[in-house]
Amino acid sequence: MAKLVTPEMEKINRKLKKKSGRGNKPASPGREAWIRLKRNKLAVVGMVILVLLVLIAVFANFIAPYGIDDQDYTNVLSRPSLEHPFGTDQYGRDIFSRVIYGTRISFPIGIICVFLAYAIGGFFGAIAAFYGEKADMVIMRIMDIFQSIPPMLMAIAIAASLGTGAVNLVVAISVSTMPARARIVRSAVLSVKNNDYIESARAIGASSRRQLLKYMLPNALGPILTNITFSIATAILTVSSMSYLGLGIAAPTPEWGSMLSAGRTLMRTAPHVLVFPGVAIMITVLALNLFGDGLRDALDPRLK
Amino acid sequence: MLKYILKRLLWMIPVVLGVLVIVFTLSEITPGDPVDNIVGVDAAPELREAAREEYGLNKPVYVRFFNYVAGIVTRGDLGNSYSNGQPVINEISHRFPVTLKLTLSSVAVALLIALPLGVLSAVKQYSWMDNITMAAALFFVSIPQFWFALMLLLVFAVKLQVLPASGIDSILCWILPVAMIGIGNVGNLARVTRSSMLEIIRQDYIRTARAKGQRKSIVIFKHGLRNALMPVIANVGNTIGVSLGGAVVAESIFSIPGVGQYMLNAINARDWPCVQGGLVVLAVTFSVVMLLVDLLYTVIDPRLKTEFQAKGKFRMPGLKNRAPGKGGAA
Repeated sequence: MAKLVTPEMEKINRKLKKKSGRGNKPASPGREAWIRLKRNKLAVVGMVILVLLVLIAVFANFIAPYGIDDQDYTNVLSRPSLEHPFGTDQYGRDIFSRVIYGTRISFPIGIICVFLAYAIGGFFGAIAAFYGEKADMVIMRIMDIFQSIPPMLMAIAIAASLGTGAVNLVVAISVSTMPARARIVRSAVLSVKNNDYIESARAIGASSRRQLLKYMLPNALGPILTNITFSIATAILTVSSMSYLGLGIAAPTPEWGSMLSAGRTLMRTAPHVLVFPGVAIMITVLALNLFGDGLRDALDPRLK
Repeated sequence: MLKYILKRLLWMIPVVLGVLVIVFTLSEITPGDPVDNIVGVDAAPELREAAREEYGLNKPVYVRFFNYVAGIVTRGDLGNSYSNGQPVINEISHRFPVTLKLTLSSVAVALLIALPLGVLSAVKQYSWMDNITMAAALFFVSIPQFWFALMLLLVFAVKLQVLPASGIDSILCWILPVAMIGIGNVGNLARVTRSSMLEIIRQDYIRTARAKGQRKSIVIFKHGLRNALMPVIANVGNTIGVSLGGAVVAESIFSIPGVGQYMLNAINARDWPCVQGGLVVLAVTFSVVMLLVDLLYTVIDPRLKTEFQAKGKFRMPGLKNRAPGKGGAA
């Protein structure tokens, strides 16, 4: 590390000083990161798309011109038109409306998967890092074994064994990604574990739980937050791939992957059925990745 | 050094056993009676009993698990298929080379594309080259693989009709599946190469090399890339894992006769021994790959080598190379 304070950071510091009007008092790390994030155009684009997608999900029933199951048998497989912006599928359902409603499925499922994986994996990872030695050894060895099955294969195997459906899909994805999350929380906690403030906390008699939850995790949050963003992107991709393979969310539900799965036989006759749900997945994942990149650079300016 | 390699090799035993436990547990929690899938739901009770006996399903779980492990270790036997009674290993041994070829070639192609791109964008940081490459890389990691495959099929097989849509008969057949599995890897590896390279070219020894008058290309490739390669190699292990998963999807889309297609067909037929067999073979393959990457890592990085020689005793095997990469396996 040749230089810790880059010109970029100096510029931000100057700007901060001017804005806060508090003389030399530095802004909080969170505020500093937020200002850096706002300066990153791509991250802002990602953020705006994400907010829009959330709004679309919330107000789907006002935005979508047709219902999920509204069938129009006189208008089957019609090409995109003013009436049906994305065309209609083999049952005469409006694809635009179904893609809109799809946001209500992919987002929550992706977030729940990541939340669960972090809840379980994070618990073990934090314990492994905090207690070290034998606990670390045993927990991480078990995670190693879980990780020796590639995550996608693990998810397929679990979904195959439990059967299809949203709940089983969430279980499959959470369990298969859990070891990777444990590893991230473990390394994040390890990186702050030996700081002086932890020692002072211990010295004034803070319990292990308090040390871990109050002092270590909040300080280790940076890399975890970045990873959560990327993980949601990956989870959304996995949800749609699994649904495409017929191991996730089944047909009538307007999940993007299962819409593509239902349309794959129509490639020669009505390719438009295959285009739009995929674009929807890509935009969502791209927005999450843009935001995640910005978050990473904002929280750890050395990387840029 | 030798001690580490030995330790790492021995660690494979509990890993493989652990994988078998996981896979076996998954088959145990599958709802329904497997006999239904062997002889059919409305078979005579005697027939059902006979099938139960033949597949050893009447024995307790631990006996079956022991027999399964013993069969694999002694005879390479992965059990018999429920639907046709044939040994699973016969079918898998035909199909495995296809899956392996597909996975490895897509990783190799991805590396060939990603490494130069990553180096170039790091060396020319913030140039238009860098911006375009990184924007493309971000797109690549955000495209859903299976959808990309469908779009490739649509353009090259249906509209232009220049590439075949399925099979493995000619070299042309491999282009689309390799592109599908490789696209995410190109994006991911290019990003890793760039950030690793950026960190390296800021080091003092790079400045020293330049200052002493060494040619720029030599500094970049000999002093820079060789050192920047470490995180990339660490990522290749994960990349192969992700690609094995991608191969399963690709085999289903392009009807490639590999292990993945076999497993997916078996899942639909509720033929669990085949799913189990495929899973075991792919997981063991992945473990072996991770082992090789770990060993390669220690051989290449002189810092690690001296660490062994200095201390003799080393921390637990297998931990260092699991770099939490972006996307994919992470």
